[in-house]
Amino acid sequence: MKARHERLLLIAGGLVALGLMAAFVLHALKDNLSLFYAPAEVLAGKAPRDRAFRIGGLVEAGSLVRQPDGVSVRFVVTDMQERVTIQYKGILPDLFSEGRGVVAQGKLDDQGLFIASEVLAKHDENYMPPEVAAALEKAHQEGAGDANAQTLPPQQLPQ
Amino acid sequence: MIPEFGHFALLLALPVAVLVGVLALVGAQKNHARWMALAKPGTRLLAFLVTLAYLCLTQAFVANDFSVLYVAQHSNSLLPLAYRIAGVWGGHEGSLLLWMLMLVWWAALVSVFSRPLAAPMLARVLGTLCLVAFGFLLFILLTSNPFTRLLPGVAEGRDLNPLLQDPGLILHPPLLYMGYVGFSVAYAFAVAALLAGQLDAAWARWSRPWTTMAWGFLTLGIALGSWWAYYELGWGGWWFWDPVENASFMPWLAGTALIHSLAVTEKRGSFKNWTVLLAISAFSLSLLGTFLVRSGVLTSVHAFAADPARGIFILAFLATVVGLSLVLFVWRAPKVGLGGRFGLFSRESLLLSNNVILVVATATVLLGTLYPLLIDALNLGKLSVGPPYFNAVFVPIMAPLLFLMGIGPFLRWKAASAQEIVLRLKWALVAALAIAVLLPMLIYGDAWPLVNLGIFLAAWILIAAVLHFSRQVWTTRGSSNLLTAVLRQPLHFWGMHLAHIGVAVFVAGVAIVGGYEEEKDVRMAPGEIVTLSGYEFRFMGVLPVKGPNYEALQGEVELWKNNRLIRRLRPEKRFYRSSAMPMTEAAIDTGFFGDLYVSLGEPLDRARPEGEWAVRVYSKPLVDWIWGGCFLMAFGGLLAVCDRRYRQSRRRSTPDPLTVKTSP
Repeated sequence: MKARHERLLLIAGGLVALGLMAAFVLHALKDNLSLFYAPAEVLAGKAPRDRAFRIGGLVEAGSLVRQPDGVSVRFVVTDMQERVTIQYKGILPDLFSEGRGVVAQGKLDDQGLFIASEVLAKHDENYMPPEVAAALEKAHQEGAGDANAQTLPPQQLPQ
Repeated sequence: MIPEFGHFALLLALPVAVLVGVLALVGAQKNHARWMALAKPGTRLLAFLVTLAYLCLTQAFVANDFSVLYVAQHSNSLLPLAYRIAGVWGGHEGSLLLWMLMLVWWAALVSVFSRPLAAPMLARVLGTLCLVAFGFLLFILLTSNPFTRLLPGVAEGRDLNPLLQDPGLILHPPLLYMGYVGFSVAYAFAVAALLAGQLDAAWARWSRPWTTMAWGFLTLGIALGSWWAYYELGWGGWWFWDPVENASFMPWLAGTALIHSLAVTEKRGSFKNWTVLLAISAFSLSLLGTFLVRSGVLTSVHAFAADPARGIFILAFLATVVGLSLVLFVWRAPKVGLGGRFGLFSRESLLLSNNVILVVATATVLLGTLYPLLIDALNLGKLSVGPPYFNAVFVPIMAPLLFLMGIGPFLRWKAASAQEIVLRLKWALVAALAIAVLLPMLIYGDAWPLVNLGIFLAAWILIAAVLHFSRQVWTTRGSSNLLTAVLRQPLHFWGMHLAHIGVAVFVAGVAIVGGYEEEKDVRMAPGEIVTLSGYEFRFMGVLPVKGPNYEALQGEVELWKNNRLIRRLRPEKRFYRSSAMPMTEAAIDTGFFGDLYVSLGEPLDRARPEGEWAVRVYSKPLVDWIWGGCFLMAFGGLLAVCDRRYRQSRRRSTPDPLTVKTSP
């Protein structure tokens, strides 16, 4: 009888522990999700103001400006509809380049400047992260970006 | 002509794989000796054909045959020979062929080292492996043929991605694949046991060295990948929780659970169903990893160009493998049975906790990796799960596991006495606590709870392992002298403790580098100095240099401490001629107590590379312990595989009876 009680207690304890663990994991997941927004969505006010998110698009040609401190940079990402300026302190990844796709993680400040904590330029041979390709596709379908789209070299468009 | 020859060999391998697979499995079920006898020569024929195809592709790379599309996409006549040979697995099609090659070699090895295995068991294992090979062959031939011609051919290839032009490419993928694919052997053993409805200690003893070997390769492969990312990507990080890293980490976690569960199955005959399920999971997670990497659903350094047909094929293959295995499991598991009982506090119960924790850890990684894909597939938006999630969940999940690791070896099978454990380990606990509190304060001057926790766990594992080892030596010593007694300890025992000490070394490295690393991004003009962790980095300027297929700007950074020049570091910024892609080559001063790491950003004025540069410097205390620890784990695995009892059972034709009391 005693052994059985012990076992029941153990099973109950195990279940409680697993339940707590699951709650904890899901909570951690919820806190650390970062949603992806295209510049047009950011300017339309869809992006959160108080928490970090990801933004992606093409780095506008000629927009990269180095700040006086030497290690901060500003550049503009665009989805061919709208433009958002990004500020980043640190060294840009090798694959970062004007006219190519980029994804940045960070927060908007009060002036609408996106302060990036991380800039990712991981991409495939077509220089396009999938999120960015989808965002451009969407902007293109909405028909607003046609005039701008022509300025983009054709081989860099998503295929 | 030679590429066609390779293509033909692959085409020929397809019917061989399916015929041998089906005949061997049916033969084993119907007890048809002739059909079963086909398994061995059939597997070897398959291995021969795939090897032939692989060599043909390698030849196309070596001979710069740019009329083969895959070669034209991934090679270049300027590429050094070593990278042309390794370039075979530098892209999607070739890396699948490498995967295939490893799979048939594993199968061929099983066919060689299997003399005492009963004929039906061997036929089932090899038959299962042949069917897996069939699935992959079909995948290669239908969606990813590396031998496709590019007609007319081109004069020059597009070149291998500069990121891959590194010794890391030569070692990391083959080791990782050896591990990934090696779990197919464990999987085949599990399927064979289910089909036979029989799982005994001899089965576990057979499956164990193969699993441990695959696990060791996977450990090395992941560690090398991590090290490669550390020095090549120029971000100084050693793990990014990138989905592709997770894809290799999940089978590792499941495989770690599996090798521990197999120990119980071999020694005590318990955990039988559970072991089978883990073997199926480990291989399924390997396949899932392949799907994640190869389908293009992820953004990653590893992602190759997406082709929806490939993703769908692998997903279908994955569903088939997992579905069939689970059906088989549900149907046959009751026959295999659960195995013996054990007390609440025993070595079994601790190994069960190990398994539960590792499975929970696998599930959290799986959740974090698949959640964004799921949300995207349901059209609910695009999102990503960041490293903070994984860091937040991993510490509380793994800390209990690491604590139990110190106790585990001391426990007896079946039922252990808690008082005895307290008696044996209380001073070890006190010592580990003291080290955890004092060491960071004494060496680094400050500390915070996570660092203390890491040091405590590392010290605890180390002390407990040494204590257990010396105790074992003492009790088995008899009249011989100490050295012979130490050397006489069985290799599996050495292996276990070395692997556990490897974990301690790894944890110490992670804790210290996490707590005390420093980094600075600075602008530096030639002659300027930046100070970090007591070292002076003196930037001397940048000079142009030439490599075999790239031009580079090479910086010179002098490393000074206490007015003494320690080393000259030469970080580079390379520009590869054929792809016009810049590459940062960091310069690292590697040391036992830590690394000093310099990488070049960009010149502030692109027209004046001799002027000011953005430079990144890091100090990474004990960072090499992370990979050193992994190496120790893999080495421990290797020792365990070489244990005498596996060799003995190879010579004997009848399996030993259950060994119950090999260790206390």
